[in-house]
Amino acid sequence: MTVPVLRVRDLVKEYGEGDAKVRALRGVSLDVHKGDYVAIMGASGSGKSTLMNILGCLDIPTSGSYQIDGADVGRLNEHQLALLRNRRVGFVFQSFNLIPRMSALANVELPLVYGGVRQAERRARALAALEQVGLAERVHHEPNQLSGGQQQRVAVARALVTAPALLLADEPTGNLDTASTDDVLRILDGLSAAGRTIVLITHEDDVAAHAKRVVRLVDGQIVEDRRQAPPDGPPPRLAEAAR
Amino acid sequence: MNPFEIVRFALRGLLANKMRSALTMLGILIGVSAVIMLVAVGEGASRSIQQNIQRLGANTLTVSPSFAGGGGGGARGGGDAGPRTQARRLTLDDARALTDRTLAPSVKSVSPVVTAPSATAAYGAASHAIAQFVGTYPSYFEAVNKPVDQGTYFFNDDVQAARKVVVIGRTVAEALFGSADPVGERISVSGVPFTVVGVLKETGSTGTQDADDVAIAPLPAVQQSLSGFGPLNQIVVQATGADTTTAAQAEVTAVLDQRHGVTGGAADYRILNQATLQETVSQATGTFTVLLAAVAAISLLVGGIGITNIMLVTVTERTREIGIRKAIGASRGAILGQFLLEATLLSLAGGVAGVLLAFAGTRFSVAGIQPVLVPSSVVLALGVSVGIGLFFGSYPADRAAKLRPIQALRHE
Ligand SMILES: Nc1ncnc2c1ncn2[C@@H]1O[C@H](COP(=O)(O)OP(=O)(O)OP(=O)(O)O)[C@@H](O)[C@H]1O
Ligand SMILES: [Mg+2]
Repeated sequence: MTVPVLRVRDLVKEYGEGDAKVRALRGVSLDVHKGDYVAIMGASGSGKSTLMNILGCLDIPTSGSYQIDGADVGRLNEHQLALLRNRRVGFVFQSFNLIPRMSALANVELPLVYGGVRQAERRARALAALEQVGLAERVHHEPNQLSGGQQQRVAVARALVTAPALLLADEPTGNLDTASTDDVLRILDGLSAAGRTIVLITHEDDVAAHAKRVVRLVDGQIVEDRRQAPPDGPPPRLAEAAR
Repeated sequence: MNPFEIVRFALRGLLANKMRSALTMLGILIGVSAVIMLVAVGEGASRSIQQNIQRLGANTLTVSPSFAGGGGGGARGGGDAGPRTQARRLTLDDARALTDRTLAPSVKSVSPVVTAPSATAAYGAASHAIAQFVGTYPSYFEAVNKPVDQGTYFFNDDVQAARKVVVIGRTVAEALFGSADPVGERISVSGVPFTVVGVLKETGSTGTQDADDVAIAPLPAVQQSLSGFGPLNQIVVQATGADTTTAAQAEVTAVLDQRHGVTGGAADYRILNQATLQETVSQATGTFTVLLAAVAAISLLVGGIGITNIMLVTVTERTREIGIRKAIGASRGAILGQFLLEATLLSLAGGVAGVLLAFAGTRFSVAGIQPVLVPSSVVLALGVSVGIGLFFGSYPADRAAKLRPIQALRHE
């Protein structure tokens, strides 16, 4: 097969020192190929978010290696990391992490600003992304004027707007009602069908059923890696619907 | 990313906290305006002193008798300087000797001066005690820079004939004649009749002394009627030009030393050189201005520390925001630029406001001194304020930019 989009080897992450030391990840190895759609599941505190932060280049592992498209992330400098976060990875946080006192539109435009996209194009793309998550009427609202579910959809729009090859989502539907959850999952299914690589964390089996592959973490180790659909085909739910 | 966007982010950051930004700017504003205004006051003071000195006359040396030769100076210089052959007074012959073209080529004119001790002028019922009644030669008018406003000077003829004519200052004219024209009128000075031929142009008062409370008459006329034929009070020597005053001083010294038999250092006369005086005074006022500027610079520094403080608070408060920005791909340069620009904009805005305040403030005179804006102080104060923003803002900005995204995101 080709070079995997993500390759993680023997990843260890420890927090704290001495007695207070917590081993959040104890040697995780994982390959994710282009077009795959992976759901990471596991109990609370099993290290899912820790793994995700490392995959999103937001944190660095204590030991182990991490490659994106064959390039060793540990060797990249600050500037290259920033470019990577901006161009290749879209990240949706467990807590929404929108910038306060900035409209939804401005929040969604922000990655494009850092990516150097020009004003007019930026505006158009941000509006399209907000439309995609069903927030076309709320573009000028600030985060504190939006419900939790709406904020999360703005965050999804922000992750989508740069059209990243890799979408990482830490419980993207955790705060959404069933209707919005379905909306978001439909978006993710669409992106997967279009060939994007997606990794998401979820507690819900319904959500995991949308993925092509389910990885289960227990105490910082992978205990199960189950494939539900081939990585280069459509995601299982779309495939069902087509049938 | 486009620098214009960084400016936009910085402005947005500043406007999000208007009160805080305004107070921080105030610190810089006060510092900058203090520097500019205090320097302007110093410059104004120095100019007004220079003007007063210049008003005394251009390129002149004033020779006056000195009786302090054996006093304080002698006691220090190894006991008694020895019994001095009696100190000689300045005489008309001394003055004549100075006009020698070969011995004193740099001398343009020599005006011997006597001043009548107390002279009360009367005209009709009005009377006025003239502060300075001077007997001299016509060259005096030019040497000490006293142009005539009404009427004329007196001439060499008048001196030779010892005519009792007088040119009076504005104060005297007003005291005796009010608004009437004094030219041609006869006044009596301590009982002696003098004809007024001219009125001096008003020079204004210099400090406590009224430079217009003066009357000037031909030397022999004053000697005959008021002061007697004693020694001269002064000899005013005008040099041929600004660059020859030092040479003229040397020539005058040589001539007088020879005539008075002065050999050591203890001369029985003193020479006041306008140029040296001016130099000394401008050095003194320069020091004074530097002192003022130093005091002001301290307030500028305090303003700068205020900026550091505010930027540190801002960075701490917005750490999560910094984390989010970095997570979505803000480079270190973009974060650094944003916060550095916020600090610089704060100090620049404060600086510009300070300059405007200083421009307004220097239009009012302070304690009789009209401040004079020094352009270099404006440039310097503005430059320093921007520098302060960059310098004091760089630490907090650098701290913000260095954070790892997850560290910043986890910040409470
Ligand atoms: N910054 C930190 N400092 C110390 N310990 C941490 C830190 N972040 C996470 N941990 C610990 O690491 C372990 C894994 O945490 P992580 O956030 O990855 O769990 P999770 O699987 O995402 O849980 P949840 O489903 O509740 O979000 C936990 O035991 C947690 O206490
Ligand atoms: Mg988590």
